[in-house]
Amino acid sequence: MTKKFFLSTAWLFFLSLSSISNAQPSSDLSADFQEKVKSISAELRCLVCQNQTIADSNASLAIDLRNQVSRMLRQGKSEQEIKRYMVERYGDFVLYDPPVKWQTWALWFGPFLLLVLAIAFLVSSQLKRRAEPDSDFNPANREDLRALLRGDKDQL
Amino acid sequence: MRKYLLPLAVFVLVAIFLWRGLFLNPQEVPSPLIGKSIPEFSLPKLQEENSVVTSETFLGKVWVLNVFASWCTPCLDEHPMLMELASQNRVMIVGLNYKDGFQSAADWLGKHGNPYSAVAVDIDGLVGMDFGVYGVPETFLIDKSGVIRYKKIGPLSSTEIQDELLPLVESLQ
Amino acid sequence: MIPEIGHFSIILALWVSVAQTLICFGGAVRSSPRLIAFPRYSSYVIFLLTLAGFCCLATSFLVDDFSVLNVASNSNSQLPWPYKLAASWGSHEGSLLLWVLMLSGWMSAVSLFSKQMPDEMRSLILGVMSAIAIGFYLFMLLTSNPFDRLLPPAVDGRDLNPLLQDPGMVIHPPMLYMGYVGFSVVFAFAIGALISGKLDSTWARWSRPWTTAAWCFLTVGIALGSWWAYYELGWGGWWFWDPVENASFMPWLCGTALIHSLSVTEKRGSFKIWTVLLSIITFSLSLLGTFLVRSGVLTSVHAFATDPERGVFILGFLIVVIGASLLLFAWRAPKVGLGGNFNFISRESALLANNVLLVVAAASVLLGTLYPLFLDAMGLGKISVGPPYFDAIFFPLMAPAMFLMGIGPVLRWKNAKTLELATKLKWAFAISLVSAIIVPILMGGWSVFVSIGLLLGFWIVVSGLVNLLEQIRRIRMGSERTIFQVINSLPRSYYGMLVAHFGVAVFIFGVTLVKGYEEERDVKLAVGGSVELSGYRFSLASLDDLIGPNYNGIKGTVFVHGADGKLVSTLYPEKRFYHVQSMPMTEAAIDTGFFRDLYVSLGEALEDGSWVVRVYLKPFVDWIWGGAFLMALGGLLAISDKKYRSKRRSVPNQATVSS
Repeated sequence: MTKKFFLSTAWLFFLSLSSISNAQPSSDLSADFQEKVKSISAELRCLVCQNQTIADSNASLAIDLRNQVSRMLRQGKSEQEIKRYMVERYGDFVLYDPPVKWQTWALWFGPFLLLVLAIAFLVSSQLKRRAEPDSDFNPANREDLRALLRGDKDQL
Repeated sequence: MRKYLLPLAVFVLVAIFLWRGLFLNPQEVPSPLIGKSIPEFSLPKLQEENSVVTSETFLGKVWVLNVFASWCTPCLDEHPMLMELASQNRVMIVGLNYKDGFQSAADWLGKHGNPYSAVAVDIDGLVGMDFGVYGVPETFLIDKSGVIRYKKIGPLSSTEIQDELLPLVESLQ
Repeated sequence: MIPEIGHFSIILALWVSVAQTLICFGGAVRSSPRLIAFPRYSSYVIFLLTLAGFCCLATSFLVDDFSVLNVASNSNSQLPWPYKLAASWGSHEGSLLLWVLMLSGWMSAVSLFSKQMPDEMRSLILGVMSAIAIGFYLFMLLTSNPFDRLLPPAVDGRDLNPLLQDPGMVIHPPMLYMGYVGFSVVFAFAIGALISGKLDSTWARWSRPWTTAAWCFLTVGIALGSWWAYYELGWGGWWFWDPVENASFMPWLCGTALIHSLSVTEKRGSFKIWTVLLSIITFSLSLLGTFLVRSGVLTSVHAFATDPERGVFILGFLIVVIGASLLLFAWRAPKVGLGGNFNFISRESALLANNVLLVVAAASVLLGTLYPLFLDAMGLGKISVGPPYFDAIFFPLMAPAMFLMGIGPVLRWKNAKTLELATKLKWAFAISLVSAIIVPILMGGWSVFVSIGLLLGFWIVVSGLVNLLEQIRRIRMGSERTIFQVINSLPRSYYGMLVAHFGVAVFIFGVTLVKGYEEERDVKLAVGGSVELSGYRFSLASLDDLIGPNYNGIKGTVFVHGADGKLVSTLYPEKRFYHVQSMPMTEAAIDTGFFRDLYVSLGEALEDGSWVVRVYLKPFVDWIWGGAFLMALGGLLAISDKKYRSKRRSVPNQATVSS
């Protein structure tokens, strides 16, 4: 980031000061490019409104950040680099897709682990019960017997 | 059987965190820049059109960077504290005029007083973005080697200046 | 005067609830017939008192009584009257009053429809419900009184949040609350069962319609919220995994597991402990949702104005209710008994697998929602957990459950043969697979994600049909009835299941196709300009000034022409500026179609008079909510099954029964 670059972009945006909003609807750029800007912006959190992505929010900061994403894409930066840029300035909070670090292992691996544990628990308790005779005769079963004898609805 | 205690145990754990959560502020976003050098920048200086304020201008000094704007209401709330702080001459205060205009900023300072040794004008907010600014006002404390040591989000209160900022300034001098 | 009457009614309701709770639990201990009869009537009294309180609040809103703080904060003289009414539950305090109104309503309903229930059981259930009510009345009276006065009165009110000034927003909270509160019934049943140590399939039969009813309301409530977000917020999204959305979705997931679990407990006497636990968990999640919205612990677009003091109270309440019920569970669950055994391949195990998947999904949603809080509380930094996480976790968990939906109804109870299963379903699978591959190609682009979604959707539909055909054939073989008679003879609860599952399939189709094929364009348009999207041409014909009852703004006229040049629709997107709260609002204009929505919204105005306009093509998006409503319809069908109504008649018919 050279001083010159900053000055020139500052000057360019000074020109846009006069617009009511500095939204940049890129009708002059391809739909694919817009897609890309949108998909990256949709993963970044607006820090001002806090419950919208910068793609959806119309807050001034969100617009600035969207423009930054757009600018960086035009410079050929990758999605990774753009996200890293945002995180360097705003922390992990700005990412809606939490990074996988040791602090988030429980988050990313928790659900799968829980599923495995639940299945293991069920299988083991089923096996344990199989060892015992089925002694639980329920009055409700009587109705099933009756239905069976009637020959209908036994599988509903 | 002890396995039936499991749901209760899980709930207790969750409840502890919820309790802790009542005393936190989920909306405050801490800065990842604390302990890092300030980003490079070079911005026009207010009321001295041909000068610039750069990231190197204040090296060797302990200084405060206060992000403000003439359209920002809470900035007005903290302004008297800044004037007070400036009059004490203990630390240099530099203003970062964020997404504002040269004239409006000058007028605002003329009207309310100018606590700043210098004001850098960030018209498009890009330098603010490099500092991780997401609202106004915000205040940074920067040490002699240009490393950010402290960030305050929102207007500074006199208690915060007394209890947090000034002691830190002292330790860095 | 009226607010004071309302206030007093609530205080009285609190006292009657205390009396009811004490008598219910005391009466159960002493078995005194008079004490046991009391709760039935006190429930009605509590409901009437609460209703009186609610009417007083509503009246204050309707007559613009700005000496009531709640009215001054949430209403305005220019607000159209239906929204004034809705504003009575639009605030934290008012919504609590709605909560407690519904709770007393459900309690009265249980009282009314439980004539055949043993008295001790009814007593316990009503006692638990009134105990919960005590907590809410206390919370309201001590920290969140909707009848607080504002003196001197305000000249005019601060208006209802413009986002809430919408028909969808008016019905969404009552539907949701009917759901949340409705789960308190099965919760009370569960606590009653744990206390008495008696849990059998008759217990399940009694609690099932109540649970299904609550589930229906919650389904509709969530669907309405999603639909509202879609047409109101202006960018075509319909689910954000926002903390408060999750707070409603978790009880829904567990509630779905619960209604399936209850069916097993009713028919087979199995899953008893699991059903009891699920009843407690589902209602606990409803309460947790109440906490999350009001405590300020999580940021959310939905959150009410927050106040840590209130948060402490609710958390305390949560700890007491949930802690006590889980403690009771740990202590008494073994008494309840385990129920019948079943094979690894059987309908029971399919339903158990479905339950596990649903509960793990709910737990994952909880994990994701609370994780930022966990890390922050431990000083490990702040992160955000959003749609990328939830989408990545939720869909893989749900996909097997969807697959099971096709298999479950076809499996035999207790002991099924895999070979038999495969034979019945192989054609269903083949048809589903072929359709899933062909449709994306017809839609214009093939992708794995779309195909998998479609496969699951078709699978549910086709296997459901296979099941139905098999039932009809089997019954016809055993008797001389016509097809029509056979169809009529199948119980409504069976059709309820089919319709609800079909609704899930429709929902899956909607989600898959809209995510796979939606298109969007953001352009700068001046009057006379136009933009093309997927064969449609959107032309901005004019921009006119707009004056409304409590807002003004700009209304655009957009003509939409199809690929053949014919006019498809005229849309009027608006940008409104509400005076009192100085808030700009987007009113999107949507052309709703069975197969697609055309969606236009005004973004921002630009200096040269043109506007940023967003146009969207959303294929099959209405199938999302259509599917949800079908699910609720299925639930309704199930509840209306005559087995829940004609119990009295059927009892004398069975000579040897001992109920």
